[in-house]
Amino acid sequence: MNALEIKNVTKRFGRIVANNNINLTVNSGEILAILGENGSGKTTLMNMISGIYHPDAGEIFVNEKPVVINSPKDAFALGIGMIHQHFKLVDVFTATENIVLGIEDKKRLNMKAASKAVLEISGKYGFEIAPQKKIYQMSVSEKQTVEIIKVLYRGADILILDEPTAVLTPQETQKLFAVLRNMKEDGKSIIIITHKLNEVMSISDKVAVLRKGEYIGTVNTAETNESELTEMMVGKKISLNIDRTDPHDQKERLVISGLDLYNKNGIKVLDDISFAACSGEILGIAGIAGSGQRELLESIAGLRHISGGEIIYNDPKTEETVSLKDMSPMKIRELGVRLSFVPEDRLGMGLVGNMDIIDNMMLRSYRKGKSIFLNRKPPRELADTVIRDLEVVTPSPQTPVRKLSGGNVQKVLVGREISAAPTVLMAAYPVRGLDINSSYTIYNLLNKQKENGAAVIFVGEDLDVLIELCDRILVVNSGKITGILDARNTTKEEIGLLMTKTGGADNEEE
Amino acid sequence: MKKSEKHKHAKLIYISKRANVSLSMQIITRVIALALALVVCGIITKVLSGENPFKALAIFFEGAFEGKRLLPTIHELAILLCVSIAVTPVFRMKFWNIGAEGQVLIGCLATAFCMLRLGGKVPEWALMIIMSAFAILAGMIWAAIPAIFKAQWKTNETLFTLMMNYVAIQLIEYFLKIADKSGSNTVGPELLNHGWFPKLFGVQYLFNIIVVAVITVLMYIYLNYSKHGYEISVVGESENTARYIGINVKKVIIRTALLSGAICGIAGLLLVGGYSYSIDSNLAGGRGFTAIMVSWLAKFNPITMVFTALLLVFIGRGADQFTQIPKYGLNGDFADIITGIVLFFIIGCEFFINYQIHFSHRSKEGKQ
Amino acid sequence: MNVATLLIIIRRAILMGTPLLFGAIGEIITEKSGNLNLGIPGIMYIGAISGAVGGFVYKSSVVYVDPFLAVFIPMMCTILGSLIVSLIYCFLTITLRANQNVTGLAITTFGIGCGNLFGGSIIKIIKSNVPFFAVGDIAKEYNKPFPFVEYLPEKTPELIKILLSYGFMVYLALALAIITTLIIKKTRIGLNLRAVGENPATADAAGINVSMYKYVATCVGGVIAGLGGLYYILGNSNGIWANGAFGDKGWLAIAIVIFATWKPVYAILGSYFFGALCILYNYLDNIPITFIPLLKMLPYVATILVLIIVSLRKKRENQPPASLGLSYFREER
Repeated sequence: MNALEIKNVTKRFGRIVANNNINLTVNSGEILAILGENGSGKTTLMNMISGIYHPDAGEIFVNEKPVVINSPKDAFALGIGMIHQHFKLVDVFTATENIVLGIEDKKRLNMKAASKAVLEISGKYGFEIAPQKKIYQMSVSEKQTVEIIKVLYRGADILILDEPTAVLTPQETQKLFAVLRNMKEDGKSIIIITHKLNEVMSISDKVAVLRKGEYIGTVNTAETNESELTEMMVGKKISLNIDRTDPHDQKERLVISGLDLYNKNGIKVLDDISFAACSGEILGIAGIAGSGQRELLESIAGLRHISGGEIIYNDPKTEETVSLKDMSPMKIRELGVRLSFVPEDRLGMGLVGNMDIIDNMMLRSYRKGKSIFLNRKPPRELADTVIRDLEVVTPSPQTPVRKLSGGNVQKVLVGREISAAPTVLMAAYPVRGLDINSSYTIYNLLNKQKENGAAVIFVGEDLDVLIELCDRILVVNSGKITGILDARNTTKEEIGLLMTKTGGADNEEE
Repeated sequence: MKKSEKHKHAKLIYISKRANVSLSMQIITRVIALALALVVCGIITKVLSGENPFKALAIFFEGAFEGKRLLPTIHELAILLCVSIAVTPVFRMKFWNIGAEGQVLIGCLATAFCMLRLGGKVPEWALMIIMSAFAILAGMIWAAIPAIFKAQWKTNETLFTLMMNYVAIQLIEYFLKIADKSGSNTVGPELLNHGWFPKLFGVQYLFNIIVVAVITVLMYIYLNYSKHGYEISVVGESENTARYIGINVKKVIIRTALLSGAICGIAGLLLVGGYSYSIDSNLAGGRGFTAIMVSWLAKFNPITMVFTALLLVFIGRGADQFTQIPKYGLNGDFADIITGIVLFFIIGCEFFINYQIHFSHRSKEGKQ
Repeated sequence: MNVATLLIIIRRAILMGTPLLFGAIGEIITEKSGNLNLGIPGIMYIGAISGAVGGFVYKSSVVYVDPFLAVFIPMMCTILGSLIVSLIYCFLTITLRANQNVTGLAITTFGIGCGNLFGGSIIKIIKSNVPFFAVGDIAKEYNKPFPFVEYLPEKTPELIKILLSYGFMVYLALALAIITTLIIKKTRIGLNLRAVGENPATADAAGINVSMYKYVATCVGGVIAGLGGLYYILGNSNGIWANGAFGDKGWLAIAIVIFATWKPVYAILGSYFFGALCILYNYLDNIPITFIPLLKMLPYVATILVLIIVSLRKKRENQPPASLGLSYFREER
C-alpha cells in the first residue's frame, strides 16, 4: 500500500520555483532515497510534507487518502516525523523534555516515565543518550540522536531524514543505517534525503531524483547504478575537466604550526594543526562537514582566538615574516597582508543581505583614507566591474544582495575578495548551492588567482572537484590533520579513508 | 486513517513575506491606515464629547497651528525630534535603548545643577558652556553604563535602560529635596535664574529649534555618509559580518550609545536651559518613550522623523486645545488615547507592507 | 524602630507588594511565551480603572451593596478591560508581527490615557472638591478577612494575625504564583510554553500552535496583571482613585520579573521586598527627607544588579527566554 504519495506539488518563493510538479510514492516497509544536488529542492519538498511550508499547488495522499498538512502538528497526526538537517531543539531543555515536547496526551506529564521510555527506545536501537542532559551541553551527534529518538518516541510511521549523515562519522552512519533497516522490517516508510550516491546504493529500495526543483524520475535501487543516478541527478554525464595548470614559483606563503583551538563550550576543535600553504598552488581541504574546516579558516582570518600554535605569513615583497596570531582582521589588513576569505555563510558573514551591491563592495575597504566620510566612488566602480566581468545577473548595482540568486550572491562575494589581488585566498565551500556554470566560473577564478601567485586554500565537499582542481589536498578529521596528499596521484578512496577515523577498517562504504 | 478526516478543510489564508514593495504602495497603505485611525478617533471623540468629528478635527488643527500656538508646537516638535534623533543610531544597531527618558532627565539634572551651583559665580557664557558640557557628559554616562554591559556581557539592554530611567527620576527627586528645602516638587526659575539660552532675533525657543535642526541634518549625514554610520549599519545587520571584516563590535556599540546619550543630554539641556528654566521629575514628559515610536515609525530615517514626530505632536497639541473647551468635559489624557489609537493603526499597517496575504488555491479555483 | 512598627511595615509591604505580584506573575507568563509586553503598566492601569468604574457604577445604581456582587462586578470589569487591551497587543505583535517594544509602549500610553481620562471624568461627574473618587463600600468587601480569622485564639502571635488579616486577593496572588510555577515546571502546557519562548521554530516543528500559546499566555498574563491594578485601588488604596496615583508601579512589576529571574515563586519575595521599599520611608523616623528618593531608587538599582549578575554568571537557566522580544514567522526564508 502507498503510505505516502505526492502528486504534482509545486512551491514558489517569490519568483524562484523551488519545486515544480513533483511526484513521489513510498510504500510501507520501504526506504526511498531522494537524491539531488544542493539546491535541487529536496529540503523544500520535505518541509511541505512535514507541514513547515504550504504547497502552492498539488496534492498529498497519506495511506491513499488526500490530506492537507497545514502544520507540523497535522504531520504528526498523520504519522509523519521529520529529522531536520538543522536540529530543532530547545537548548535549555533536557533530552527528555525535547523528546516529549508537543505531544498531546491526556495523562499527566511524567518526566521519569518519559525518561525511562527514552532509555528503552535507545536501548532497543543501540543509541547512547543521557535523558537528563541539557541540549546546550551536547555534541552534534548527541543532538541528532535526540532528534531521531524524538520521532521514534512518537511512533511515526513515515520518517523523513534530511541529510542525516552529513554530521556523522562513518561508524555512526552504519549504526544509523542499521536502525533504519530495523524500522523498515517493522513496516515503516523511510525517506532519506542525501546527495551521497554510496549511501543511496547501500540503504534505499527506491530512488527519486530531483534536479533544480524538477522531478526527474524514480528508479528501483536494485536496477540502477551510480552512473545512471549521477546522470539523472546532473542531467548529462559531465567529466569535470577543470583546467589545472602546474604550480609555479612556489614559496611558503602561510605557515601554520601546532595550532590548537577550543570552542566556546571548551571542546578542542583544532588539534595540533601544522601545514604550509604555498604561493602559486591550490591547497584543498577535505573532511566530513564539521571536522574543523570552518574553525581553521576563521582562525587564520583572525576571527578566533587560538590557544596555541603559530600562524606565520611570509610577505612576498619584503620577504619579512609576520605573525598573524591574535590579530584582528582589521590589524591583518593594516599590516599590508592581502588575505582574502570567502566564508561558508555568504549572506550571514561575507555580505550584508540588506545592503546593496555597492555598499557590500566596500565592506573590506571602507576605512581607506583619512576622511571620516565614506567614498562610494571606488566601490561603485568595483561593483560595475564585478557585475560585468563575472556576469552577475542583477537589476542594478543598487539592488540589495539578498534579492539575488545564490550563484550571483557568490559571484559578488568572490568578486570582492579577489579584487584586492590577494596573496592568500581562502574559500570555504565556494560552489555550494551553485549551478554548474557558476561553479566553473568560480573554479576559473580560483585558478586565475593561483596563476597570479596567490596561495589558494579551498575547502570543498565534492572529492572529484578537490582531486581535479587542487594541487595538494589536506585531509582533516575531528580537528586533526590525517594526511596531506598530492592531488595528481591520489584517489577518492584514499581521501575517503583519511577522512574516516580509523582508516582501513571503515572502508566498507566504498 | 480516521485522523485524516478532520483535515478536509483547506486553510484558506496564509502569509508570505513580500519580495518587493514599491514606494507608492507603502505610502498608500500608510495613508489608508491613517484614514482608518481618523475614523475610529472620530467615533471615539463623538462618543466621549458629543462633538461632530469634523469640527473636532478643526479644533485640533487650530490647537496645533494657529497663531500663538504655532511656535510652541514647533518647539515641542523640535524637542521630540531631538530625542528621536538621539535613539536612532542605537536602534539602527538593534540596540533597544528604551532609556532615552532617563538620559534626557539626567541631562536636565546636570543642567539644573550647574545653573543652581554656578549661576552668578561665573560669567553667563562660561556657565552655558559648562552646563552644556555637563549635560552631554551626563547623558553619555547614562547611556554608556548599559552599553558597556551589553557589549561586554550581553546584558539585556532593553530591561537595563528601562530601569535606568527610574534611577534618573529618583536622582532628580533627590536633587529637588536638596535644592529646595520647602519640599516642593519642582525647582523653578526663581532658583535657576542663570544660564538661560538667548532669545535669538527676539523669538522664543528659536535657539532650541535651530540646535535641533542642525543636529537632525548632521545625524542624517552621519548615518548615511560617514564611516561610523556604515559601521553601525553593518553591526545592526549582522554581527558576524562585522567580525568578519574586523569591526570592533564592542567599540561600535559603546561609541554609538555614547553618541545617543550625548544627544539625549542635549535634549535635556535645551529643555531646562532654553525652555522651562525649571526642573521636575516629569520634565521629559514621556518623550523618551514617544521618541522610540517616532524613530521606529520613520524607519530610523532622521528626515522622515520630522513628519512622524509632527504627527504625534499634532495630536498632543490638538487634543490639548480640544480638552481646554469645558463643554466637552475631557481632560488632557484624551491626547494619549488618540495617540494610542493612531499608533495602533500605523503599527498594524506595517504588516501589510511587509507581508502578503494569500488565499489558497482552492478559493482561487472557485473564482475561475 | 520597635516591633510594632516592624509589624506595620510588614503589613503595609504585603499590601503594596500584592499589586506588584499580580503584575509580575502576569508578565512572567507573558515573557515565557517570548513576548516582552511593555504594555503591562498600561494594562494594569486599565485593569484598575475598569474595576473602579465598575464598582462606582454598581455602587451608584443600588441602595444596598451586595457583598458578592461588590466583588464580582469590579472583577469582571477588570478582566474584560485588561483582556481587551491584551488582545490589541496580541493582534498587533502576534498576528501582525509588529515590533513588541513599540507596540507595548503604545499600549502603555493608551492605557494610562484611558485610566486618567475616565478617572477624571468620574471625578467631574460627582463634582468632587478633591481630585479623587472613592468606592469605599466596594473596597470593604475586597479587604474583608476570611471569617475564621475572627475565631483565632487570643494567644496567636501578632505576625500570624497580620498575615491572615488581608482580603482574599492577597492569597489569590500567592496561590497564582504557586500554581503558575507548577504549571510552568510540571505540565505539558508549561513545557510547551517555555519552548515557544525559547525557540518558537522548534516548538512549531514539534506541533505546538505557537500563535495560540502566545495569544493565551499574553492574555492570561494581561488579565492577571489587570487584577493587580484592581487590587491596588480596591485593596491597597481602600477604593480611592486618584489620577496618576498608580504611578510607575507597572514598571516595577517588570523589574520584579527580572529580579525574580522569571520564576513566579521568587516574584513573591521580590514583590514584598519592593513593596516594603515603596512604603518604608513612612515609618523611618530619623532619616532626613532627602533620603526618601534614594530609598525609592533601591528597587531599580537592585533590579539592575540582578540583571548584571545573571548575565555575568551566564547560567543558562536564569537567562531571559531566548526569543524574548522577537516575533515569529514560519515561512521565513
